Amino acid sequence: MAIWLTKDSKVIVQGMTGSEGSKHTRRMLAAGTNVVGGVNPRKAGTTVDFDGTALPVFASVAEAIKETGADVSVIFVPPAFTKAAVLEAIDAEIPLAVVITEGVPVQDSAAFWAHNIAQGEKTRIIGPNCPGIASPGASNAGIIPADITPAGRIGLVSKSGTLTYQLMYELRDFGFSTCVGIGGDPIIGTTHIDALKAFQDDPDTDAIVMIGEIGGDAEERAAEFIKANVTKPVVGYIAGFTAPPGKTMGHAGAIISGSAGTADAKKEALEAAGVKVGKTPSETARLMREVMS
Amino acid sequence: MDLFEYQGRDLFERHGLPVLGGGVAETPQEARAIAERLGGKVVVKAQVKVGGRGKAGGVKLADGADEAEARATDILGMDIKGHTVHKVMLAETADIKEEYYFSYLLDRANRTFLCIASVAGGMEIETVAEEQPDKVAKIAIDAVKGVDEAVAREIVTAAQFPAEVSEQIVEIAQKLWQAFVAEDATLVEVNPLAKVGDGRVLLLDAKITLDENAGFRHPDHEALVDQSAVDPLEQAAKEKNLNYVKLDGEVGIIGNGAGLVMSTLDVVAYAGEAHGGVKPANFLDIGGGASAQVMANGLEIVLGDPSVKSVFVNVFGGITACDEVANGIIQALALLGERGETVSKPLVVRLDGNNAEAGRAILDSANNPLVERVDTMDGAAERAAELAAAGK
Repeated sequence: MAIWLTKDSKVIVQGMTGSEGSKHTRRMLAAGTNVVGGVNPRKAGTTVDFDGTALPVFASVAEAIKETGADVSVIFVPPAFTKAAVLEAIDAEIPLAVVITEGVPVQDSAAFWAHNIAQGEKTRIIGPNCPGIASPGASNAGIIPADITPAGRIGLVSKSGTLTYQLMYELRDFGFSTCVGIGGDPIIGTTHIDALKAFQDDPDTDAIVMIGEIGGDAEERAAEFIKANVTKPVVGYIAGFTAPPGKTMGHAGAIISGSAGTADAKKEALEAAGVKVGKTPSETARLMREVMS
Repeated sequence: MDLFEYQGRDLFERHGLPVLGGGVAETPQEARAIAERLGGKVVVKAQVKVGGRGKAGGVKLADGADEAEARATDILGMDIKGHTVHKVMLAETADIKEEYYFSYLLDRANRTFLCIASVAGGMEIETVAEEQPDKVAKIAIDAVKGVDEAVAREIVTAAQFPAEVSEQIVEIAQKLWQAFVAEDATLVEVNPLAKVGDGRVLLLDAKITLDENAGFRHPDHEALVDQSAVDPLEQAAKEKNLNYVKLDGEVGIIGNGAGLVMSTLDVVAYAGEAHGGVKPANFLDIGGGASAQVMANGLEIVLGDPSVKSVFVNVFGGITACDEVANGIIQALALLGERGETVSKPLVVRLDGNNAEAGRAILDSANNPLVERVDTMDGAAERAAELAAAGK
């Protein structure tokens, strides 16, 4: 088992006919993901061939669910159309929506999140501005390379894509149950805490890697949660110790505002919660090796 | 993007919020002209994106155009906490009776927006929150419902605004929210929101941050960028669609993925401690693709920084295969040669992940004397720091 995404997950792609969407649909299929179709109202009724797999295009998420029983949607539409795409996924009550798109205005993310709450939070949203979620050997929803690591018993949650890949690679001899890239935007759907809770409850996860970065106080709140609720070992890494205040470092949410959101404060909070925090990604991997051996 | 006060004042005025007349000047002569237009007493305020300008002498009263010109002469060119004053705002003066505080901002933790309001304005809200926490009201704003009259009344009640200004503030709260949404702001802060002698409530200062991700629906926001503060390398990088931040060290950094690049800065800074304190010279994320063209553009920007003594290219091949990245680096160096750039600074390259072995072999066989391959991130950071220290 894994969290949120398993071999039984049926995945649709919103934006499947676009360049990013089609490229990654092909990759998801190659990784063994059960992709069952795409959504594009202008191309509804057609099919798209992906190396011999013909996937139907539906007019709406609701129709795709009705026809295929899809329970995961991966969203690859441009920033200007992301809000509408996520609202559609929420209204169709899809259980999991993975929003890959980078550059979504924060008011749009706040709006679809508020809508999700108003609708009773029937949809788990991951992202935006994230690499998605991968349960190695089972399913892959997003852009995380599927061949870095086999399945194993480490869970990973991270704000950063490439740091996720780096840790997956360094610990590939142990393998991972699920890797969740929650994204680097100021407002995101799924948080570190949501993933920590799910990993704590997952019988197939033994230990957790948590990767954070400067900006906001999500890591501090995660530290409090770990202290109170997580009994499995957690190893942490924080990026951005040397980032200057007031500058956005690549991710829209990665900014130190005044004295808030520093890497030092996050590291301290995590260590106070009993989390071992690596100084570099490699040291973080070493700490996890010690936990797992 | 943070706005200057004068840009905020203009924005408020455009959205029908009550502000005092004003204008912005870059020279004492322009200041005089504005003072003449406004007439009578004016206040001359340094336009800097940092707090504490009043204490630093950046806000002065002037009676008439002569004095306004003189005060503008004093203030223009001043240094306030490392920010040079290039512009002053001139505004009408007001007979302030009471000062309040009002803001809307992003609340990351609760994934929504927040209104903070207080009857104790005119000073730092953090100070008020510490000393008189009962005077600071925080009201969560539903991102879909926004601020209608009922929510505005809730804010007024929670912050205990006096009855004689409550109707005006109910109006202001709604209009300010409309402006916040219409402009895709992540912060609008009014401090002070003031009651003046004739009983009116006016917005006397403006601190506004706009969401750059929303730029696609606000072509007019481009004109608000402060060109004098734009680093030329950052500007050049932006024109090439590269995510670059200039820093003050000696080791140029190129990597893929924001998190990995931030991490690279840290690892280089740690390594630099043993090498004369060399530090990262920049943040540069070339993204997932990392084609030869993008790599060449990135190298051109980083090598164009005279303080760079060595370059650390740190790539984890995820979607991109490392052999493509290695070819990209070699082709990029050739491309720079064709563009007439002399590349003389050493490059330390670390490739890991997808097809790393093939990528490393390509670097080895290219045998470029400037390119050195180190296979771990920590080791490569160490070597790049060492080379930068030697090049100083």
